[in-house]
Amino acid sequence: MAARVLVGVKRVIDYAVKIRVKPDNTGVVTDGVKHSMNPFCEIAVEEAVRLKEKKLVKEVVAVSCGPQQVQETIRTALAMGADRGIHVEVSGKDYDTLGPLQVSKILAALAKKEEASLVILGKQAIDDDCNQTGQMTAALLDWPQGTFASEVTIDGDKIKVIREIDGGLETIKINMPAVVTADLRLNTPRYATLPNIMKAKKKKIASVKPGELGVDLTSRLEVLRVEEPAQRQAGVKVETVEDLVGKLKEAGRI
Amino acid sequence: LLMPLRVVQKPAHRCIRALKAVQTEHVVPQVYTRRSSSAPVPRITSHYTICPRDKDPRWEGVEMERFADEADVVIVGGGPAGLSAAIRLKQLANQHEKELRVCVVEKASQIGAHTLSGACLEPSALNELIPDWKDRGAPLNTKVTEDRFAILTEKYRIPVPILPGLPMNNHGNYIVRLGHFVRWLGEQAEELGVELYPGYAASEDIFERGMELHAKVTVFGEGCHGHLAKQLYKHFNLREGCEPQTYAIGLKELWLIDEKKWRPGRVEHSVGWPLNRNTYGGSFLYHLNEGEPMVALGLVVGLDYTNPYLSPFREFQRWKHHPSVVPTLEGGSRIAYGARALNEGGFQSVPKLTFPGGALIGCSPGFMNVPKIKGTHTAMKSGMLAAEAIFSKLTDENLQSDTAGIHVPSYEESLKNSWVWKELRSVRNIRPSFHNYFGLYGGMVYTGIFYWILRGKEPWTLKHAGLDAAQLKPAKECTPIEYPKPDGKISFDLLSSVALSGTNHEHDQPPHLTLKDDSVPVAQNLAVYDGPEQRFCPAGVYEFVPLESGEGMRLQINAQNCVHCKTCDIKDPSQNINWVVPEGSGGPAYNGM
Repeated sequence: MAARVLVGVKRVIDYAVKIRVKPDNTGVVTDGVKHSMNPFCEIAVEEAVRLKEKKLVKEVVAVSCGPQQVQETIRTALAMGADRGIHVEVSGKDYDTLGPLQVSKILAALAKKEEASLVILGKQAIDDDCNQTGQMTAALLDWPQGTFASEVTIDGDKIKVIREIDGGLETIKINMPAVVTADLRLNTPRYATLPNIMKAKKKKIASVKPGELGVDLTSRLEVLRVEEPAQRQAGVKVETVEDLVGKLKEAGRI
Repeated sequence: LLMPLRVVQKPAHRCIRALKAVQTEHVVPQVYTRRSSSAPVPRITSHYTICPRDKDPRWEGVEMERFADEADVVIVGGGPAGLSAAIRLKQLANQHEKELRVCVVEKASQIGAHTLSGACLEPSALNELIPDWKDRGAPLNTKVTEDRFAILTEKYRIPVPILPGLPMNNHGNYIVRLGHFVRWLGEQAEELGVELYPGYAASEDIFERGMELHAKVTVFGEGCHGHLAKQLYKHFNLREGCEPQTYAIGLKELWLIDEKKWRPGRVEHSVGWPLNRNTYGGSFLYHLNEGEPMVALGLVVGLDYTNPYLSPFREFQRWKHHPSVVPTLEGGSRIAYGARALNEGGFQSVPKLTFPGGALIGCSPGFMNVPKIKGTHTAMKSGMLAAEAIFSKLTDENLQSDTAGIHVPSYEESLKNSWVWKELRSVRNIRPSFHNYFGLYGGMVYTGIFYWILRGKEPWTLKHAGLDAAQLKPAKECTPIEYPKPDGKISFDLLSSVALSGTNHEHDQPPHLTLKDDSVPVAQNLAVYDGPEQRFCPAGVYEFVPLESGEGMRLQINAQNCVHCKTCDIKDPSQNINWVVPEGSGGPAYNGM
């Protein structure tokens, strides 16, 4: 029976909020903006908690990397049913440049340290849409990966994962320990009820620094500029076919 | 026997799980006939408050058990009043070394996300509550440096001198982004040990059996026209002996403007155009000083307006095109939009404030100083006074039972002896003085004579005109207003504005805008008043659309757009719309509004 599941959760700007680019084009305004747990991470937590309820795993540990505020996100995971949390403290410039490579190094180190048999992550975050962390984590650990999972079944020391792929659904069987990333149809996450939020206040969140895990946070990427998407230009209505041909010629298309 | 007042929390989405489990092939009939009218009335309202749960097949098999928990004081509403009460309670508890469990529940997903105000904060109450607010980093960054007032006509601006002593003089005040201030208050409260629960809505009887929070005293700080307060007024007959509350709607936008136009610390107010002299209201434009050239601007329209064709949103949009406003906004960009109802009743409309087990604070009973256009300082003070009264009651008496509701009438007494009451009393006649033939001008003359010279000491108290909802004239007696089309640069359309408010609600819940009678919107509101709800709602919730069958119209309620302003509940001429709280964490996502 798998002992421990590590679930990564990311604090992102809420999906319903209108994003605003900072006046200096270095990024997006985050101060005071409503944040919540990445929807795919919610699905990952839900899956882990369900596995625990089915008694297939013993403990669910929620992990998040970032400044003090990510503790709120970990608390939400705890309220959903995770047993304890780990807050990896990353703030300031390090947090601005934190990306999938560093996070996967952190998760790989934690998975080894916590002796986890399963790492469940959301398939991607809705702010950067990278879709890389799960895959990188598996590679760093040299573990098999079941990404875009729409169904996960534990069978002894193997996991059957049904993956959503372009052509349809692919069923694979991978050995544990493994990394699984959650896709939309894996489950519908429960919401944190008030009694559970109150109980979650008593659960532990341990703080750890990336240095203690031996992880180097330097980024290989440099963000040059962030811009709003170009305004959609108004179209032009033409009256006749000749007009259309004329306009196309003008635009150099024919 | 004291009845404990139960405040029930609902877990936002357990209900959805339950609903989905129960919903089999049962299809709610789309159209059915009410009474014997020939036109079928589409079923609009399915909320539990109208359709009782035990008759509703959706509820078969759903667990009706509740969890229960106890606190000493539960505060409903995490706004300036609620948080001030929480902070004061904990300050007293720590000072006297007593244990006190204080819980604040707030329907917004984070503290401050449903807060909207101008705002020019008078720091009087804050100085009393947290004297070292500056060291603690309170976001009062913009001291008022310039105060301007004018009467607008369609093309011109007539400046009016603000003499010291007039209520709208802002010397010593701060322009704040109230949402940020409320967020800061929340942080102060948490530091003191207050338990804050944002994202949880309190409702009397809930959509799903959630959680009961029992408290010795429950403090209601829901803001203007709270839905629980409404029920309390009825249940405890608290409005006996006071006038009905009157309201206004405030619409607001935040703009980042061209630096050259930016005058940090400038406060501008205007009356007149685009509102006619018999429609109360005015504009505000405040230049913030927080590092970027940002202005907060908006229009307030009294909800006692008579013309059902008036659209407060479109009046706001067209005000921005006034020649005195356009230069400030040209070249700028709009970054936020929102709206909220506010109180105008003042002194005459304050109800009884306490009842066994509870108390009302803040804009909910309504302590706004209308000519000053400020209610935050009085709301905070009312919260503090309630806290002090509750604390002394809780610690003095030998309490028989843990959950017996405690009555704290000393709160009302101390409020009536405080500066809040003196302030409200001195301005009590200014708003009602607008109800004369000369409207705005009569009111200004009255203010000049009786407030500025006599400081409100005249012995009479003028009455308000009655319920706002009763003021609308039938559509056939009024002329439709021709509003200009939004130009997309200075003025905007309704839906793009609503998108900016960040409002969102979970799809799978019954609309929280409930109708007591589903047939009234078309039979009454549309027939007699041409459907004013499609105009006064600042979020486009109400739409009259043609019936699929071809003949006639029906009311479509886009509950997801709701920004929780409460205007519909106030202004519906048939008083048929009942705003109830939706699932927690739904609603606007204001940031520093």
